[in-house]
Amino acid sequence: MILRRVLLRLLTTLVTLLGVSVIVFVTIRVVPGDPIAMMLPPGATDDDIDRLRRIYGLDRSIAEQYFIWLSGVVQGDFGTSIQTRQPVLNLVLRRLPATLELSIMALVIAMVIGGFLALTGTRLRGTRTEGAIDVTNGMALSVPDFLWGLVLILLFGVLWPVFHISGRISPNLTSEFSTSFYLFESVFRLRFDLWLDLVSHMFMPALALAIPLAAIIGQLLKQSLKETMHLDYVTLSRTKGYGENHVIIREALPNAVLPTLTLIGVQFTFLIGGTVIIERLFSYEGLGNMAIDAVINRDLPLIQGIVILFALLFTVVNLLVDMLYAVLNPRLRHA
Amino acid sequence: MSAFLSIRNLSVALKGGPRLLRAVSLDVAVGEVRGLVGESGAGKSMIGKAVLGILPHSVEVVAGEIWLDGVDLLRLKPAERRRKVGATAALIPQDPLTALNPSRRIGRQITDRLVDILGWTRADAESRALELLGEVHIPDPARVMHSYPHELSGGMRQRVLIASAFAAEPRLIVADEPTTALDVTVQKQILRLIAQMQARHGTALLFVTHDLGVVSKVCSSLSVLYGGLVLEQTGVRDFFRAPQHPYSRALLAATPQYTDPMAGLNPVPESVIAAVTEEVAQADRGWRHG
Ligand SMILES: Nc1ncnc2c1ncn2[C@@H]1O[C@H](COP(=O)(O)OP(=O)(O)OP(=O)(O)O)[C@@H](O)[C@H]1O
Ligand SMILES: [Mg+2]
Repeated sequence: MILRRVLLRLLTTLVTLLGVSVIVFVTIRVVPGDPIAMMLPPGATDDDIDRLRRIYGLDRSIAEQYFIWLSGVVQGDFGTSIQTRQPVLNLVLRRLPATLELSIMALVIAMVIGGFLALTGTRLRGTRTEGAIDVTNGMALSVPDFLWGLVLILLFGVLWPVFHISGRISPNLTSEFSTSFYLFESVFRLRFDLWLDLVSHMFMPALALAIPLAAIIGQLLKQSLKETMHLDYVTLSRTKGYGENHVIIREALPNAVLPTLTLIGVQFTFLIGGTVIIERLFSYEGLGNMAIDAVINRDLPLIQGIVILFALLFTVVNLLVDMLYAVLNPRLRHA
Repeated sequence: MSAFLSIRNLSVALKGGPRLLRAVSLDVAVGEVRGLVGESGAGKSMIGKAVLGILPHSVEVVAGEIWLDGVDLLRLKPAERRRKVGATAALIPQDPLTALNPSRRIGRQITDRLVDILGWTRADAESRALELLGEVHIPDPARVMHSYPHELSGGMRQRVLIASAFAAEPRLIVADEPTTALDVTVQKQILRLIAQMQARHGTALLFVTHDLGVVSKVCSSLSVLYGGLVLEQTGVRDFFRAPQHPYSRALLAATPQYTDPMAGLNPVPESVIAAVTEEVAQADRGWRHG
């Protein structure tokens, strides 16, 4: 039963990824712009160009190219970046941790801020504070993440420079790490000096990504908490002698987070999408930044690889959310 | 004061609006089962909510006293009042399907008050919960302790809620139409169970219902309400033998079991309604908000 669901899930994931790969493969080859022309110095002859086209297989039909690419992928070979001449898989995997860490940090920030706003708004419902929280949420929501990025750069990078607004870490520290998961590694090795340097770099881009999501979480969770507060089991808990704080956190919250959770899953994939521009804005060396370079250079194999990885990331996130939902919801757990 | 619960001239009103309870006074002694009857909207539930401190936000107590175990609840600070109510009183709610938290295990929902409010050890609280689940005839209490509400039927859940209400050995229980949400067949069992538990534990019971048949089975006394006004208070025997108030008489006549079961409901006559409405208006004369 469970096995069948898992298999079905894997199958749909596979089909999705295949579909995405076809669409991207065709799109980036149909839009104008020639990767070979981009890499050659001005004054290269047509012969040079043709030779390179053959080397990269770009002289064949798109269908042929796709199947060559796919047969490589099946063997774990995602091709070679035209720009850097390095295997795409290596390039992409080396950048993935940076983007993952940034996204997760943003998610945590969003949940902390959103949760705090929702709980405070529920505790003080009907007061001016609740109104102020609603207005704040509305404002946070109506501005997209990259504009928050610009605002944060102006505020905390220029006017009151307390945070770094460029890069992931101070360049002289990169040699301290043995993995690309800098943030996790700094925590596990209890190197809080490194951690502090990382956070002072990552906090601004992460916050920019987090603000719209925090507002969504704050709004939805508060709504759902307020509805839950009217339910009979909450009232019953009051008659047992419990006060407002206990009732909100112990009785209402566990039930109110469930609808919010599904939404966080969807929104988190948007957030990961948002890293592309935010990373560019903050010169953060992640996948998104690499994606933009790849597009500018028409580095077809690299674009292809990055897009597939993003697609995979989205499906994994959705899977994790579904699993978490099943764990938190006792009614599904026993079904 | 001999009554364990003594409500004196309690008036509850919509904030800035009309009264919903009009100077209600009633007593419930230790071991007494007092029925609160009246048509829908009469204010029966409002009395229970006022006692337990769970009035809706839109209403407020505008006058009166609620003496529970010798203290006037309305003069306590909110936190003290909650503790007092939690330690000495309990609620058996109307709808067992919504009164249990779907994401918490049954056991925790019974023991939480014992541990958090009354300071029992978890072990004591758990053995107490097991004992009570047995008392309300739940098969395999140990398993039910670990279950979630959705794994139990409505009748079972109401048993759990009854066990939970009696677990802390409260001296007063408010039961607000505890059987109306249940199947007819289950209703009788639950009613019998509540009566049994009440007798065994000697709890004072405030029993909200609109069903005089139920009153005749479980209550020892009753108060008849209309429009937030107490019209008549008397012992159950006296009431069924000779109701004093015209509205009470009409109510009794309107209850099928006491006339002809085939006859259906005899509505309370217009003239009686008019008279009792006038009585309510009379009560409001000279009353001013705030
Ligand atoms: N949350 C609320 N806000 C405002 N008024 C309310 C609220 N709940 C009940 N009332 C009003 O208070 C009055 C008494 O309501 P109450 O619930 O005590 O009636 P009841 O006698 O329990 O009726 P029922 O048999 O339908 O449960 C009614 O007029 C009702 O409209
Ligand atoms: Mg009611």
